[in-house]
Amino acid sequence: MSLKKLDFSILQQCMHCGMCLPSCPTYDTTKRERNSPRGRIALMRAVATDEIPLSKSFADEMSFCLGCLACQSACPAAVDYATLFETSRAEIEATGVSVSAPRRLLRFLTLDLLFTRPRFLRVVGKLLRFYQVSGAENLVRKILPKRLRELERLTPRMAAQFSNDLIDPVESGDGSSKKVALLTGCVQDLVFSQVNRDTADVLLANSCEVHTPSVQPCCGSIHSHNGEPEMARENARRLLDLLPPQDFDAIISNAGGCGSHLRHFSKLLPNDPRAALWDAKVRDVHEFLAEIEVRSPDVAPFEEEKKVTYHDSCHLAHGQKVTLEPRQMIDLIPGIERVDLSESDWCCGSAGVYSLTQPEQSQLLLERKVGHIRTTGAEILLTANPGCVLQIQNGVPELKIMNPVSLLAQAYRNESKKL
Amino acid sequence: MIGALTALLGAENVLTAKEDLVPYSFDGTATFRELPVAVVFPRTTEEVARCVKICREHQTPIITRGSGTGLSGGTVPTPGAIVLCLVHMTKIVEIDPANLTLRAEPGAITADIDAAAAEHGLFYPPDPGSMKISTIGGNVAENSGGLRGLKYGVTRDYIMAVTVVLPDGEVATFGNACVKDVAGYSMKDVFIGSEGTLGIITQVLLKLLPRPEARRTMLATFSSMEAAAETVSAIIAARIIPCTLEFLDQMTIRCVEDYTKMGLPTDCAALLLMETDGHPAAVEDEANRMAAIARSHGAMEVTTAADEAESLKLASARRSAFASLARVRPTTILEDVTVPRSHLAEMVTFIAETAAKLELTVGTFGHMGDGNLHPTFLTDELDEEEMKRVHQALDLIVSKTLSLGGTITGEHGVGLAKKMWLRDQLGDASLNLMKKFKETIDPDCLLNPHKIFD
Ligand SMILES: Cc1cc2nc3c(=O)[nH]c(=O)nc-3n(C[C@H](O)[C@H](O)[C@H](O)COP(=O)(O)OP(=O)(O)OC[C@H]3O[C@@H](n4cnc5c(N)ncnc54)[C@H](O)[C@@H]3O)c2cc1C
Ligand code: SF4
Ligand code: SF4
Repeated sequence: MSLKKLDFSILQQCMHCGMCLPSCPTYDTTKRERNSPRGRIALMRAVATDEIPLSKSFADEMSFCLGCLACQSACPAAVDYATLFETSRAEIEATGVSVSAPRRLLRFLTLDLLFTRPRFLRVVGKLLRFYQVSGAENLVRKILPKRLRELERLTPRMAAQFSNDLIDPVESGDGSSKKVALLTGCVQDLVFSQVNRDTADVLLANSCEVHTPSVQPCCGSIHSHNGEPEMARENARRLLDLLPPQDFDAIISNAGGCGSHLRHFSKLLPNDPRAALWDAKVRDVHEFLAEIEVRSPDVAPFEEEKKVTYHDSCHLAHGQKVTLEPRQMIDLIPGIERVDLSESDWCCGSAGVYSLTQPEQSQLLLERKVGHIRTTGAEILLTANPGCVLQIQNGVPELKIMNPVSLLAQAYRNESKKL
Repeated sequence: MIGALTALLGAENVLTAKEDLVPYSFDGTATFRELPVAVVFPRTTEEVARCVKICREHQTPIITRGSGTGLSGGTVPTPGAIVLCLVHMTKIVEIDPANLTLRAEPGAITADIDAAAAEHGLFYPPDPGSMKISTIGGNVAENSGGLRGLKYGVTRDYIMAVTVVLPDGEVATFGNACVKDVAGYSMKDVFIGSEGTLGIITQVLLKLLPRPEARRTMLATFSSMEAAAETVSAIIAARIIPCTLEFLDQMTIRCVEDYTKMGLPTDCAALLLMETDGHPAAVEDEANRMAAIARSHGAMEVTTAADEAESLKLASARRSAFASLARVRPTTILEDVTVPRSHLAEMVTFIAETAAKLELTVGTFGHMGDGNLHPTFLTDELDEEEMKRVHQALDLIVSKTLSLGGTITGEHGVGLAKKMWLRDQLGDASLNLMKKFKETIDPDCLLNPHKIFD
């Protein structure tokens, strides 16, 4: 896919009104038009009409864009920024304007190797876990050069058990009336497998039969986002084979970034009849629970009352337009007081691999987010995307961060203790 | 010249690479495009003045730019020009609650100005649809209106003083903090609405009002556009001055609903957004009378916003009208014709008939209380034949407007988009005086050349 081949009306759709400018974190930082949605679209259009070449400078601009899609929420004209952005990144990768040997290697290791081979990913995860708990980590930290040391610190801590250790392929309670598939994700699976367990528990408590195949392919979001549509297609096909959408009432995702991508398989695979049905069945877990009228727990998750606040992950809020449901769900839980977080849907700077590719801008956004969180005085931050959790935890190591689903699961668990 | 500008402002404030310039080749107006040779970002009045002097030495035209949301092509560069962009001069310098004034730099965002006033219980009323991103400098240069124009007037009514960098690089301030001032010609008024052709505004002193205590927002739906227009005339004839009487036709309602998903009634032909503010008792009384007038003029339904949050939601939905219309077709060409209010119904009907006759898609909305309509043609600039018909329609609408004693532009300015009709409206004597004026102040034609007139 290239900008030239793209339906030109998608580019024309931007009528350059500027209404998206105040929502764009990069424009907010620099106040330069090229760093704004409207400016970036103008550059894409200029590439499509041969006014400018597909230059290194264009590639840099697309790398500076967070892909947070705040512009898409703000745009009254219904500009499909996600498609424009992914097409641009794909074309940049295909033409190789921004190649360098280390970049190639890193992309090969992550996109080609790790995130297409789920079993291999888990092996690497186990090794990392060993590295982190064995003491080797501390030793290595002492000898690594500074720049690598900083990067190494960003490596998330692996969980002791991955999702397949915690969740059986099929679980059901008494009188399960809905059959759902649970997607375990990649980062979620390795680092936050407990969130997957919690999601399964909450679904079970709401009369679902939960199907969680123990080995699941990556959803392809990371590939799509980083200009590798072919790999994204391959992953989508594997998921469709593994979880035929006609067999389930809903396909549940609990990671904002994945869900946003998972809903658009029909764009990736326009000729696969299963893709449209799949798109129609994908639900963010909060959205699904709201649809089936989630049961409110009778008991609080903690002994004492807790003050919490909620951060919108970009791809849940802007990519999937799910903003009310998580809040409503949190408000059902006794013993929890939710306070508003200002700029709650402003990107935290995680944005996939953004913290690695654009460390300065990422850090700026993180500090801004942390400032707002501190102002709320909340003891727990709730958010529904593993990338955000990792990023924000890096900024405030002492803060307790949970997925809203885990909070609900905790409350349900306390119910059974009380009985 | 670039060297001198770079020496003055620093390399990070002078852009010359093509990738940097392309995004400054247009504004909010459809179809106009031209690359500047550079974009510069001064941060003080002094820097602006020195930029002007450097450009003057090199006889390089300057296009002043705020946020580039203009709708008449005012910031589209002329060949060989530089863009002087004021988005880094955003300070709100002071708020003086004793004198009810606010002093701001030209790049301050309109909505931020009102928010700053609100912290002191004060109010800056002009609220153009673009207020969350438009700059006060742009507002002054276009004399922008807003949703509250009917009761509160336009930007001009709130300007007490402007500081301007003149085309020769001199800095002058016109006006002051006095409520009354008749010392000489009212020069500040010349710069208000001058579209960046006479001087570069680098500071403004704004008048503020006490914030109204109460407000009531209502929606009335109609089965015909004429009924909505007649309701507006009747409300005004009943000596009620609501702050807002905004109108959306069915096409616009559908697009706005598509964007906001807030449950607007999409089956009616027209919708009026009515708002009154002020003392709670007066608000109550006016709201009831307006609802009654709407009903007696054929409103299908009149509903009242439950609370402040819902009022704000309705107003921001209305503000998205123009850009929402862009959902339908690739190109959106919007007009800004304004007629005396007693002719509103006639004008609305004429627009609909013209579009039907020429087989064009149009969405009309506007500040009905001000007689200001925005017929918006939804088209595709790549379709030459259709664009011809669009221009034909525009010509017809303009002639009709002028025959009703109206104006070709109520608030967006002439810029490039409307200059072909200016003589028709003004006549030779007026237009020639304006040109003489421009020649006197800017003899080298350096500031925003070829805008308003050639
Ligand atoms: C969605 C949308 C809704 C809108 N709604 C309204 C509305 O309700 N009412 C209304 O009146 N307009 C409206 N507009 C038009 C536009 O927003 C206004 O004209 C606004 O005042 C422009 O501000 P800006 O900062 O974007 O100016 P720009 O577009 O950057 O500039 C506009 C003109 O002002 C000149 N200029 C800018 N700054 C200065 C300065 N400091 N000194 C001298 N000249 C300067 C420029 O040269 C140009 O000619 C709307 C536009 C959009 C896109
Ligand atoms: S992306 Fe949308 S909001 Fe932004 S300038 Fe284009 S049309 Fe306007
Ligand atoms: S995706 Fe985010 S960073 Fe990129 S243009 Fe849109 S708002 Fe800006």
